[in-house]
Amino acid sequence: MALYSEKVMDHFRNPRNVGTMENPSGVGEVGNAKCGDIMRIYLKIDNDIIQDVKFETFGCGSAIASSSMATELIKGKPVSQALELTNQAVVEALDGLPAQKIHCSVLAEEAIKLALKDYYDKNGLDYDHSQFPDCENCAHCHAH
Amino acid sequence: MQIYADNAATTRLSDTALNAMLPYLQGEYGNPSSLHSVGQRAQEALTDARTRIAARLGCEPMEVIFTAGGSEADNQAIRSVAAWGKKKGKTHIISTAFEHHAVLHTLEALEKEGFSVTLLDVHEDGMVSASQVEEAITPETCLVTVMYANNEIGTVQPIAEIGEVCRRHGVFFHTDAVQAVGHLPVNVKEQNIDLLSLSGHKFHGPKGIGVLYARRGVPIFPLIHGGAQERGRRGGTENIPAIVGMAAALDEACDHLEEDTQKLTALRDRLIAGLSRIPHSVLNGNREHRVPGTVNFCFEGIEGESLLLLLDDKGVCASSGSACTSGSLDPSHVLLAIGRPHEIAHGSLRLSLSPDTTEEEVDYMIEAVTDVVAYLRSISPVWRNLEAGIQEFIIK
Ligand SMILES: Cc1ncc(COP(=O)(O)O)c(C=O)c1O
Repeated sequence: MALYSEKVMDHFRNPRNVGTMENPSGVGEVGNAKCGDIMRIYLKIDNDIIQDVKFETFGCGSAIASSSMATELIKGKPVSQALELTNQAVVEALDGLPAQKIHCSVLAEEAIKLALKDYYDKNGLDYDHSQFPDCENCAHCHAH
Repeated sequence: MQIYADNAATTRLSDTALNAMLPYLQGEYGNPSSLHSVGQRAQEALTDARTRIAARLGCEPMEVIFTAGGSEADNQAIRSVAAWGKKKGKTHIISTAFEHHAVLHTLEALEKEGFSVTLLDVHEDGMVSASQVEEAITPETCLVTVMYANNEIGTVQPIAEIGEVCRRHGVFFHTDAVQAVGHLPVNVKEQNIDLLSLSGHKFHGPKGIGVLYARRGVPIFPLIHGGAQERGRRGGTENIPAIVGMAAALDEACDHLEEDTQKLTALRDRLIAGLSRIPHSVLNGNREHRVPGTVNFCFEGIEGESLLLLLDDKGVCASSGSACTSGSLDPSHVLLAIGRPHEIAHGSLRLSLSPDTTEEEVDYMIEAVTDVVAYLRSISPVWRNLEAGIQEFIIK
């Protein structure tokens, strides 16, 4: 199907870092089954480095591929770098997404941010709240 | 291996249809409006096709109007009666919530023009009853339009009874029979149908050609203004190759209706039985009143687009009502109309068979769908929650 780039199809068919994790340092979940996609990201953080990351996704091909790519982009990176991951970087690494699928990359960015926030909260670390999406009123459902 | 199981979307052009068309794509290129012999041979082909199609529908040849497909026929049927109704002060139209968009969007346009539209609720088994129609009829009602068979879930409506109710109340009755003609017995006279839409490419004919049947006496206005073709009801030089191909395909489909129905019903039921073995799955639409070839399921905890892509990788061409494949925010309006919640409607799969389908293919599809659903569930956070009891299953 020519809807997606080969990169997207590769990450969709062979998702990296898919699965769950025992005792994660942080977990982030975004999306809504009503809208057709949910992503959950698990992080293992040690020495301020993302030692391991896993994801589970309910959603379309691009949602699965975006989660896979996003986890690849932060694995082994310092927390500060992971925090800077943008949805644009995910889109670029996937060689593009169709316009109506860009929200999938936004979800991936938000899921990672929420997992990092969870890590900060769990460890009583201070952080800049403005860096994190307000997922109580997650608007993605209305944004795509 | 490639298995084409999307025959409700479109079908393979049959060899019979192709062979009937070829002369008109090659040497016989005349315009039926021309007086010379080349044109008159095209005119004869047109008349012959019209007569044969009329015989299959149980109507007169002059009641057959060729259109550029099912969508145009739907538009013209509804717009024609609406224009008549407006003149008579009858501006109420009754339809159902699970019609094809060719009908629903025409009705939306008419609402903006001042018509009032009642969309009947569809029962959770995908059926609408004649008594629902009767209760909705008012003195202002000019038209009832109810589809013969639904394109997504395949349920077949009680058309003759609805037609009888309309006849009794003096209301015109249109049915979108695009998914029915060539697959189910249709007789417009016996079923009290005033207007009917059909489309060539749903029964192994060519695309871009269809018919609007309009009973003599039903007001018909052209959507396409032009020459005197189709008795002034549809301008434009007739698409002779497509018309001839459609007539040949319809003859072939009707000649084999009984044996094809038997074969397809057996395959369909085998498919339903196989897919029903997947836990937390549900068949959409009434078990009995359905077209022979269409099967539609929802699988909890997964999303339809990824299901389609992985099935395509396994060589299975199918379709889904998930939002991601409908090109809109919401999943299929048909699945929502039968009461499936959004999250369940996203996980839908339609497999639509043809007489070409084999038992081996059905078995392969059951295996492929079972495997892909299990895999997608294994990576789904929704499924994890369901299994952990954090969330309750909707499909038991
Ligand atoms: C029920 C129904 N009505 C109308 C149409 C439109 O027909 P066509 O593609 O010939 O315009 C279709 C097919 O897409 C259909 O399934």
